Amino acid sequence: MKEYETINEISGPLVYAEVDEPIGYDEIVEIETEDGRTLRGQVLESNDGLVAIQVFEGTSGIDRNASVRFLGETLKMPVTEDLLGRIMDGTGQPIDGGPEIVPESREDIIGAAINPYSREYPEEFIQTGVSAIDGMNTLVRGQKLPIFSASGLPHNDLALQIARQASVPEEEAEGEDSEFAVIFGAMGITQEEANEFIDDFERTGALERSVVFANLADDPAVERTVTPRLALTTAEYLAFEKDYHVLVILTDMTNYCEALREIGAAREEVPGRRGYPGYMYTDLATLYERAGRIQGREGSVTQIPILTMPGDDDTHPIPDLTGYITEGQIYVDRDLNSQGVQPPVNVLPSLSRLMDDGIGEGLTREDHSDVANQMYAAYAEGENLRDLVNIVGREALSDRDNKYLDFADDFETDFIDQGFDTNRGLEDTLNLGWELLSKLPKAELNRIDEEFIETYYVDDEGEEVEATAD
Amino acid sequence: MSQATQQDAATGVIESVSGPVVTARDLDARMNDVVYVGDEGLMGEVIEIEGDVTTIQVYEETSGVGPGEPVENTGEPLSVDLGPGMLDAIYDGTQRPLDVLEDKMNSAFLDRGVDAPGIDLDKEWAFQPEVEEGDDVSAGDVVGIVEETVTIDHKVMVPPDSDGGEVVAVESGNYTVEETVVELDSGEEISMHQEWPVRTPRPAVEKKTPTQPLISGQRVLDGLFPIAKGGTAAIPGPFGSGKTVTQHQLAKWADADIVVYVGCGERGNEMTEVIEDFPELDDPKTGNPLMARTCLIANTSNMPVAARESCIYTGITIAEFFRDMGYDVALMADSTSRWAEAMREISSRLEEMPGEEGYPAYLSARLSQFYERAGFFENTNGTTGSVSVIGAVSPPGGDFSEPVTQNTLRIVKTFWALDADLAERRHFPSINWNESYSLYRDQLDPWFEENVTEDWSETRQWAIDVLDEESELQEIVQLVGKDALPEDQQLTLEIARYLREAYLQQDAFHPTDTFCPPEKTHSILTTIKTYNDEAFEALDAGVPVEDLVSLDSTPRINRIGVQDEYEEYIEELKDDITEELRGMY
Repeated sequence: MKEYETINEISGPLVYAEVDEPIGYDEIVEIETEDGRTLRGQVLESNDGLVAIQVFEGTSGIDRNASVRFLGETLKMPVTEDLLGRIMDGTGQPIDGGPEIVPESREDIIGAAINPYSREYPEEFIQTGVSAIDGMNTLVRGQKLPIFSASGLPHNDLALQIARQASVPEEEAEGEDSEFAVIFGAMGITQEEANEFIDDFERTGALERSVVFANLADDPAVERTVTPRLALTTAEYLAFEKDYHVLVILTDMTNYCEALREIGAAREEVPGRRGYPGYMYTDLATLYERAGRIQGREGSVTQIPILTMPGDDDTHPIPDLTGYITEGQIYVDRDLNSQGVQPPVNVLPSLSRLMDDGIGEGLTREDHSDVANQMYAAYAEGENLRDLVNIVGREALSDRDNKYLDFADDFETDFIDQGFDTNRGLEDTLNLGWELLSKLPKAELNRIDEEFIETYYVDDEGEEVEATAD
Repeated sequence: MSQATQQDAATGVIESVSGPVVTARDLDARMNDVVYVGDEGLMGEVIEIEGDVTTIQVYEETSGVGPGEPVENTGEPLSVDLGPGMLDAIYDGTQRPLDVLEDKMNSAFLDRGVDAPGIDLDKEWAFQPEVEEGDDVSAGDVVGIVEETVTIDHKVMVPPDSDGGEVVAVESGNYTVEETVVELDSGEEISMHQEWPVRTPRPAVEKKTPTQPLISGQRVLDGLFPIAKGGTAAIPGPFGSGKTVTQHQLAKWADADIVVYVGCGERGNEMTEVIEDFPELDDPKTGNPLMARTCLIANTSNMPVAARESCIYTGITIAEFFRDMGYDVALMADSTSRWAEAMREISSRLEEMPGEEGYPAYLSARLSQFYERAGFFENTNGTTGSVSVIGAVSPPGGDFSEPVTQNTLRIVKTFWALDADLAERRHFPSINWNESYSLYRDQLDPWFEENVTEDWSETRQWAIDVLDEESELQEIVQLVGKDALPEDQQLTLEIARYLREAYLQQDAFHPTDTFCPPEKTHSILTTIKTYNDEAFEALDAGVPVEDLVSLDSTPRINRIGVQDEYEEYIEELKDDITEELRGMY
């Protein structure tokens, strides 16, 4: 391994060094400063004689006399089952004072793409215990479903609730343990937020089944580009080598994208929309696409990335590009939050693309899809009418319209607002849905199969025709 | 394509690496030649030559590749292997079969530097000659047939660049694709295997005006905004508005002979859904498995960006090959925005001067070149065939004024605008009927009138008028409420509601409703029109509108879509509506 003292330019997070041997793209670099610190970085561009290095820990303290070592390999994550229960910093170094990690293997953090032919289509229903998700935007194993939120909203509470409650009822029924291993990748969040997660993991005992990667707000921004890849490499190892069902929570993707932009700007690249690099879609895809199931493997990787939309604007490049890659999105809504609805999920713009194949007879319940569709339509209609009420008042509306307005109100207070500690089973969620729908006349339920209306519609007497299924 | 052997003359040395863009020195290459990069032999294509420096876009991940490694030129432009075995296949963006890659790499993850031919070179096919010794053949002529799948007879053709001649030897029997099946007096040997550079359109005699619709079984498309066989359509829409479901529906139900589905930069799980679903579905035309007429190209968003740029061309070249055989081919590209973004990414790595929103200045030219390869053609062998292209567009933020949507709209003749508001209300397919258009309507009407019903265009115009009126009235309703409207307008709103709920909406996941033949599409309209006509008669006779909009029979209109035996159901329903209304006055 050759050492160079040939740095000729330092700019933002980048260092340019002259070399006299070929250096591979993406190779790992160690830079030793005169005061004896060792900083790590990665080759961003390799020219004959000159390489650009992105330094994870930031370039402060580096001068022209610092020595540069090329390790001749790309960044690897040491992985082992023993990682469970450990807390690491954003570059994968343990910070919990625990024993040294003895890796079983070392995996390239730039994961190879899963061959679409080898994938298995995700269709196992995950019960999160949150009605707005289970009932309306069902999550399945191997899905990537981001939470679109904004500053000041309780997205962390929602993510924690999901991490705490997520289970697969089908397997529980067979006496199997369906608990998830949780990989938590934090990028640029505050120490307090990180504590909130770690404390909750400790309190519920989930830490034993968790791996935490924490790049905090005061850690170098460039490091953020590595943190999610370490988390996902660990997740893939646990899922596809060790048969775990892994739930990966990545927060906050907005900070990750800011770091990408910083690097792009330092390299003087031609910027795309709002200054973000033109390759941001491809870059985000290499993260989000690392979710799924593989034929013949037991485990799965399910992703819940969290992003805060700047200015609550979902046309901003970060949520926009995310939405085009992920399989749906869950919106956390400011108005619902100020009304005290917990969790404040706005189901109308939310979507789960894999829902249709994960629900229905034999998977959840026969009427699930119809009920969800009908509630969507009814809530949308009620929500629409609210604008009109503001102008003409309730009295001016027809009886039918008033029923829809009531439905929208009840839907928010009874169905969505369940608190962050309630774990509501799917049966309860659907029955609650029928209770609300039954306040509408039968003829209005045009999205529900007549057979199901017969079975589940709650007549005025309050008697449900059929007892709940098992 | 097999890996070329070491040839010193054509070998260069890598000078720099930046993501998918690699520059090499001393490489003797032409523009668009395929090269193998580095010690691992990663596949790439020459995209710029400046003095001694050649710029290459690499179709695989370049981590660990460094200066000093060799670059080898194959001397050939990026080409696809054409021949029997392309149907029922699933390829990546450079036509490497994904199932073969899984075997070769022995891993569920895509490794680098592994190549595989696009068609199976060892498989034997039963060849049936269509020519005899002594026949004269020229470029494009069909010399024989092999049964490629249960649905499709693969026609073995004289390559387009052949001079033709007299057949001196031909015999039926089992052959691999590389063995000679026909010999000409010129000494030329014709096999089933052809290669064709993807960026060059295959030749045809003439492009003609299409007059037949591509029936999709989707009411809003067939009924209001039809596309012709050989036509072009764009489906732009924000995320979550149903682009992919619409594309899947078309791939499943369109009455084309061959479907080429290009998943360009889309989700891995979605492609898996296609791979798992399609073999289980039946082709509505023949009843055979759907895969027997389908070729899938999957380049998911995390696969290398350069291969995303090429997958569109791979797809259209395969489509043209089947067109040459005289088939009607439908190509779905989901999504062309990802393709355009791949171009942008490569362009910015080349430090080209950017055009609008960072896209290269040649964006518009590339888009039009691609869509122009669609059409209804007279082939060189005298047959006619068509390639219909349906491109999804993913505009950032759902804003249709962005460059890819705008440049696409300048070329395509059918526009299916997806609408986030409709999607939020779970109105699917969420195709906005006010914004969408089809310029094929007039040229397709004669076909519908001849093959479906005489009053096809008349009924459609009635529905469009009602929907137009509704959207005007809705603006007033938003201000003053429905009850402030005159009675006839209230009735119109109710009629329009049925048009939206029973006609425009369609449940892609319902076994029956997912496919609606044009006859049924038309009958649903006539049912609603019956209600319309009878109700307005009743209104004239003094029946209050409240009674007219709360009939017992009309909610059944919404259930026509899910009826298998719809004719009887509709007859009964029409009678009941008429009876109920006439009983009121």
